[in-house]
Amino acid sequence: MSKQVIARLKEKFGTSVLETSDFRGDDEAVVLKTVWLEVAKFLRDDPFCAMDHYIDITAVDYPMREGPRFDVLLFVRSSTRRHRVRIRTRVHEEESLPSLVSVWPGACWSEREVFDMFGIRFDNHPDLRRILLYPEFVGHPLRKDYPIEKTQPLVPYREVPGVDKLPPFGPEMGQPWSRVDWNERLLGRDIHVSTGIGLSSGQRASVSIGPEHCVKEGEGNTQKLHE
Amino acid sequence: MEPWYEEETDESALELPAEPMRLNMGPSHPAMHGTIRMVLDLDGEVIIDVDIQPGFLHRGFEKSCERATWNQVFPYVDRLNYVSPMLNNVGFALAVEKLAGIQVPERCTWYRMILGELARIADHLTCNGAMAMELGAFTPFLWMIKARDYIWDVLEQETGARLTHSFGRIGGMAKPPTEHFKEHTLAVLPQVEEAIAESEALLLRNRIFLDRMQGVGVLKPDRALALGVTGPVLRSTGIDYDVRKTYPYMFYDQVDFDVPVGHDGDNYDRFVVRLEEIRQSIRIIRQCIERMPDKGPINVDDPRFVFPEKEAVYNTIEATIAHFKLVMEGIKVPKGEVYSYTEGGNGELGFYIVSDGSGTPYRIHVRPPCFLNLQACREMLIGYTVADIIPTFGSINMIGGECDR
Repeated sequence: MSKQVIARLKEKFGTSVLETSDFRGDDEAVVLKTVWLEVAKFLRDDPFCAMDHYIDITAVDYPMREGPRFDVLLFVRSSTRRHRVRIRTRVHEEESLPSLVSVWPGACWSEREVFDMFGIRFDNHPDLRRILLYPEFVGHPLRKDYPIEKTQPLVPYREVPGVDKLPPFGPEMGQPWSRVDWNERLLGRDIHVSTGIGLSSGQRASVSIGPEHCVKEGEGNTQKLHE
Repeated sequence: MEPWYEEETDESALELPAEPMRLNMGPSHPAMHGTIRMVLDLDGEVIIDVDIQPGFLHRGFEKSCERATWNQVFPYVDRLNYVSPMLNNVGFALAVEKLAGIQVPERCTWYRMILGELARIADHLTCNGAMAMELGAFTPFLWMIKARDYIWDVLEQETGARLTHSFGRIGGMAKPPTEHFKEHTLAVLPQVEEAIAESEALLLRNRIFLDRMQGVGVLKPDRALALGVTGPVLRSTGIDYDVRKTYPYMFYDQVDFDVPVGHDGDNYDRFVVRLEEIRQSIRIIRQCIERMPDKGPINVDDPRFVFPEKEAVYNTIEATIAHFKLVMEGIKVPKGEVYSYTEGGNGELGFYIVSDGSGTPYRIHVRPPCFLNLQACREMLIGYTVADIIPTFGSINMIGGECDR
């Protein structure tokens, strides 16, 4: 069955189908990068092929090979006719590939993953961001020249434009880490809790407890309270 | 005294904020299973858009495989779908065997099918139990997890580990079945059936449960196909795609089982499809146990792929050398590339493997079913409320290890 799909592809696209194979029963066609999108549309819309079930897109890196560096593979199947093919194309390192999101929306995340891992760009992709890694990641880890032991730089605090992000505890607000402002205390000025914290922003009120407070047993002082 | 609050006015006169609110959910949210972040755009309580961000459990599975030998990949695949690791083991072994052109003995295939179906039951029990628990039904969760533990007892007896078995081998399994494997498995199955029946009785007539499941998180079949959805999520929309039936592998064409399908594609259908699949798996296991021979080799008789017996390794120089070569250099898988796919717990689990003829994989790509199912989750969420995220996301059965790799 799938062989007929490959035969139809050959018939329709002629020399743009570079080679076909059926190693271990996996029917595959290698097509030119220029017809990548047309092949996908043909596979989906042709009533004989009817490849409506998107399976996957992935890539392989061949840096030692002469010619294009990457193989990009598309796996699709037909839910009504049960046949299943693999389409392959080859792209150079600096080249991009048309996105298949308009044909199968499921390609969105797969293409993002290929971009993330290999750095292959997809034209007209609606949302080409990294998906498994974070935006600050340097390099594309599934390329063969990315060393597995490579470490990544630390990511600084992320500024998001247009989003008011409040750090949970600024210097002037919230609960201080230390109950005693030791700099002040060593200067002999303040033996209390650093009252300045929170007061200026109106978030905290200072409450005086003692010395004539029941839990202080009449003669305690605030210093005792804070120890 | 004047009231401190304003007099209540006519509700239509109240001006509500018209702008959508952006809400961040996860990754450290109990309903996000720890590894998914969702950025929600809300209109009141209704979701108008959601950006699902996976990747918080990314460990570089595919890159790690490129420096392991073929047999060293088994512990890594254990950690893909860690709820049903045996299915991954078998799936990966089948992929390499397809590339190398190995046919494992008949007894091994039956054994793999039984272990795989046990793992599938454990997977579905976990998903359904967790889904019920997240909706507040704690008892069915405990019952289902108890049933899962019985299954893990069998797997522990067979493999020595409850969760990460690393039991598959290229050309066979690590060990032959234990002496009481069949009796033990047959004793466990009625307990699982009982747990399911009891949980079902608690849930499927419960008004609260039904209200939160039926008609929530609906996915249309044509969209599901185009989005690459597979497994119980796809079957709940009414499409009968099950790799075991559509492209039979192992001996699934020789056993009698049905593929349950839903028709609405909502949370309820996904829940019921999984419940029914547990029953079908039990049916398959009973048939496999009947047909699995008690005697016979479990590993293929090919010293290029299978480790020699330990006794021979210690006593003969040939076996010592063979063992050394297999450990140090790894199995030499012939040059080529194949895509092999099996029915995992969540759908089509595919391994695309490339070998350059050396003892190390050139490239291993896993097609994780829940990565693509999670992508479709966006369409299941838009238009529903924030509270509907919990059952819908639970019904995807997103497994972080597999989704983020």
